Amino acid sequence: MNHPHTSATSSLATADRVARGLGYFSLGLGLLELASPRLVTRSLGMEGAEALVRAAGARELLTGLGALGVNPTPALWGRVAGDALDLATLASGLSPDNPKRDNVKAAMAVVLGTALVDAMAARALSERHVRPRHGYIADYSQCSGFPRPAAAMRGEASDFETPADMRADIGSGPRPAPVPIRLSDTDQ
Amino acid sequence: MKALCWHGKNDIRYDTVPDPSIEDARDAIVKVSSCAICGSDLHLYDHFIPGMEHGDVMGHEFMGEVVEVGADTKRLKVGDRVVVPFTIVCGECEQCRRGNFSVCERSNRNKALGDKAFGHATAGLFGYTHLTGGYAGGQAEYVRVPFADTTHVKVPDSLSDEQVLFLGDIFPTGWQAVVQCDIQPTDTVAIWGAGPVGQFCVRSAVLLGARQVVCIDRVPERLSMAAAGGAITIDFDEESVLERLEELTHGKGPEKCIDAVGLEAHATRSLDSMYDRAKQAVMLETDRPHVLREMIYVCRPAGVLSVPGVYGGLVDKLPFGALMNKGLTLRTGQTHVRRWTDDLLRRIEEGQIDPSFVITHTVGLEQGPDMYRVFRDKLDNCIKVVLKP
Repeated sequence: MNHPHTSATSSLATADRVARGLGYFSLGLGLLELASPRLVTRSLGMEGAEALVRAAGARELLTGLGALGVNPTPALWGRVAGDALDLATLASGLSPDNPKRDNVKAAMAVVLGTALVDAMAARALSERHVRPRHGYIADYSQCSGFPRPAAAMRGEASDFETPADMRADIGSGPRPAPVPIRLSDTDQ
Repeated sequence: MKALCWHGKNDIRYDTVPDPSIEDARDAIVKVSSCAICGSDLHLYDHFIPGMEHGDVMGHEFMGEVVEVGADTKRLKVGDRVVVPFTIVCGECEQCRRGNFSVCERSNRNKALGDKAFGHATAGLFGYTHLTGGYAGGQAEYVRVPFADTTHVKVPDSLSDEQVLFLGDIFPTGWQAVVQCDIQPTDTVAIWGAGPVGQFCVRSAVLLGARQVVCIDRVPERLSMAAAGGAITIDFDEESVLERLEELTHGKGPEKCIDAVGLEAHATRSLDSMYDRAKQAVMLETDRPHVLREMIYVCRPAGVLSVPGVYGGLVDKLPFGALMNKGLTLRTGQTHVRRWTDDLLRRIEEGQIDPSFVITHTVGLEQGPDMYRVFRDKLDNCIKVVLKP
């Protein structure tokens, strides 16, 4: 089809687009941390913490996939929690004997900035997509579509005959007599 | 003209696109008076169905007035008020002659693509994937209707748009789902999903005389609407579906089970659903068949499973051993809409049912993009959205 078109409104809001960007960022960072943990630890003067970096990489991949999914909100909140973990881990590299502590400070500033974006996007997505837990529930108990109570409509279309190609009921013996039973919760 | 167009996952836009024109002598152009967002549109919105292209016009539930007809269109004239079925049918091929309209052999103009995906192509559909022809849809001001002589339902002026609009899809879809269960007066019918199609399944099962109708969901307002239609409701977040169905059927299981959910099941608390979500995230599975698994497990031996819910690709861990050993009948398919509409229109005219009960939101077409979000996320007590171009 591919019509030439001009757009006025879109179902994607800024928060959705930011979430998508963060998802790709997460995937990229996760792959880097999984593939080259020593590169990360060396640049931060935190040699020996490769296992932690790999774990952070796996977490980034998970949250990245989630952020690119249909419902990115939980993944974005997951990223916020991950940012807090990263800050705590990086803080251990601020000791005076770390010659690369300036790099650590820079990394912490980047994580802090990203955390801010993550938190803002997660909050906006929650407001936009998440059904309020204690929100107003509409009462559709009058929306039956029937002219009479549902119980009185049972079998009203009994003039309909199932076409031969759609007969599916298996067994040719007599059907057992039905046990009296309610048609709905409201019937006595 | 204005239309709602697909631009990628979760990206529906209110666009300006060229007006449709007659491309074939059997076409008609319909000026849309009302259209709706269908649950299966959400599978496109969430991009679970392959074969969409940027700029595709969405929508397969629509009605309006004929404003132009091709030279070979004999049964329609300008000014006719019509509901347009979502399945495009030639009315002449072997499948159409047998009433299997949803697998019309001529209306899918991308037959080669459909053949590759499904083995054999199915009918052309409005506003859906290019696997089904890639025809422009009805969430627009105007639509070109191919094979117009056979792809329409004339509706009387005495009925409102809201009363007849759903003849194009969800009412016959719910009806067919129940009809192919071959309902007996002794049957318990369990229906998974209280969305719009599930609601019509409930009412169809009641009208067709099922002894007991059970509807399974977790959204309270949807369950209340299902109960209004005569269903016993099960909130799967609050109670065990299996235990409650066993209790309601004296340990025998429901004879008839209907999947009105399809590929995006949301049973977040079940292990198999978490497994599906993980596999889906890494593209190892396309569909989440939690409902199919549950139906196969709980259905009474020699019972019937009916699947109006849309599936698009591959499912995993389906208990086929149970399906086979229990001798279950599995009936599926897109709806042969035109096969049921004359009868259903008569039932609406006679007042047996008023399908407008399901409408919760009516807005202008320009609000369509946001209503996709509201409908998908079940916000604002939304069950069915009608759009007015």
